[in-house]
Amino acid sequence: MDNANMKLTLKVWRQKDAKTAGKFETYKAENISPDMSFLEMLDIVNESLTHGGQEPIYFDHDCREGICGMCSLYINGNPHGPKRAITTCQLHMRSFHDGETITIEPWRAAPFPVVKDLAVDRSAFDRIQQAGGYISINTGGVPDANAIPIPKIIADEAFNSATCIGCGACVAACKNASAMLFVSAKVSQLGMLPQGQPERYRRVQTMVTQMDEEGFGNCTNTGACEAECPKEISLTNISRMNNDFLSAKLFRQEEVHEIKHEGA
Amino acid sequence: MSETKQTFNSSLGKKLIMALTGLFLCTFLIVHLGGNLLLFSNDGGYSFNMYANFLTHFPPIEVVAYVLYASILVHALYAIILTTKNRKARPVTYAVVNKSPASWSSKNMGLLGSILFLFIVIHMGDFWYKYKFTNTVNFKEYRTNLATGERTETAYTPEKADFEHSQSFDGNTEIIRVKDLHARVQSSFSQLWYVAIYVIAMGALTFHMVHGFQSAFRTLGWVHRKYTPIVEFIGTWFFGAIIPLGFAAMPVVYYFMSLSK
Repeated sequence: MDNANMKLTLKVWRQKDAKTAGKFETYKAENISPDMSFLEMLDIVNESLTHGGQEPIYFDHDCREGICGMCSLYINGNPHGPKRAITTCQLHMRSFHDGETITIEPWRAAPFPVVKDLAVDRSAFDRIQQAGGYISINTGGVPDANAIPIPKIIADEAFNSATCIGCGACVAACKNASAMLFVSAKVSQLGMLPQGQPERYRRVQTMVTQMDEEGFGNCTNTGACEAECPKEISLTNISRMNNDFLSAKLFRQEEVHEIKHEGA
Repeated sequence: MSETKQTFNSSLGKKLIMALTGLFLCTFLIVHLGGNLLLFSNDGGYSFNMYANFLTHFPPIEVVAYVLYASILVHALYAIILTTKNRKARPVTYAVVNKSPASWSSKNMGLLGSILFLFIVIHMGDFWYKYKFTNTVNFKEYRTNLATGERTETAYTPEKADFEHSQSFDGNTEIIRVKDLHARVQSSFSQLWYVAIYVIAMGALTFHMVHGFQSAFRTLGWVHRKYTPIVEFIGTWFFGAIIPLGFAAMPVVYYFMSLSK
């Protein structure tokens, strides 16, 4: 690359596994092009670490086009780095200046234990989804398109909520490590549509219960999650979830869903 | 776990309790400010002392008062429980935390609340406790000529130790003997450090209200593109500006009045 001339200092969190205490290690990143993505920069650092016989930095990544939610990284005090509404794979090195020191940390939350270095285990989100983030339907012939009327404004709102990629930046950004933005987006995307109605109130109760069991913190409506979300999921989702949860628990006795634990 | 317990032990249930007690305390601020504006009526403390006497001797008010004290305690207790849980959710903290667009007040509700709690303890200890449970507040006698409306005031020393208040008539003159809380207010607010505590606490109230009022509505799930801006406006300008300014004006004005004496 012609202009691969950036030199950076990286302070990277290294941690062997969930049980071992981690610490920061400092690395030099040289010959970095401003056009590289942040993950490509880490690839280059890893290549030189591997050549030098050192263990490469372990980090999560997959699609590298901002739609899978796999890449994480808390970069210089922000989830997914300093830019708004992007994932780390969409972050380019031109967002940093030559000679800068970049601190890279994993998502920090008790329900997201570190797997290794910068990769965390986000299966807590999967378990919340499994608790109720679905609709039950009878499969069969393909239904006619537009057979169920849905007002455009509702379809748009539901789709906005459905853009959540489950990356966990909301938890990482929240001072309370709360997962409410994620859970509320998943509750809303189904709860607003006709297909999601039969399980609407059961869903919000089982998902909130699972969220609490995973040990996430509580929402204080600071709005840090909304600001850091790569998909700009709105804080209104949280109020919508609260509304459904409280109306089920307090005003709709036929919808109250008591969670019974097996063996409890 | 029973269903009710499950509701109130959930994260959203606990937040509901925070929101409801918080909003109840907001309504109290209006009543408390409204009543205490009587401090500005220039009548030798007559209407303020009558109001204080009414508050402490009218049973329904006393019941509401104990609901209020309970709300303060529950609000503080749940804040501690929730904060403890939130801390547990992030055992390892970040080395670098950048400025997020979240407001300063939203991130410091615990600090602001602690200042307010400390203030409430000082404030209630000095007025409420001394008024209700000690004999350190002196009495005053107001003689009002019912025909002319002329009023004279003198100090009064009760004959019995458990004297509370009395109203009697001497011909055309009404004689009222009440605890002189107004004098207590005057002496407290003539000390600069005491005035400073009040002003600092009202500053904390401003920031607590700016975030807290609208946050309570969000917790209750009451968000609407039409009325949420109104809620935010009321939280900022009424509860965050007018109410704390009104309260802070009392010690400040009384302090300057004490200087000119």
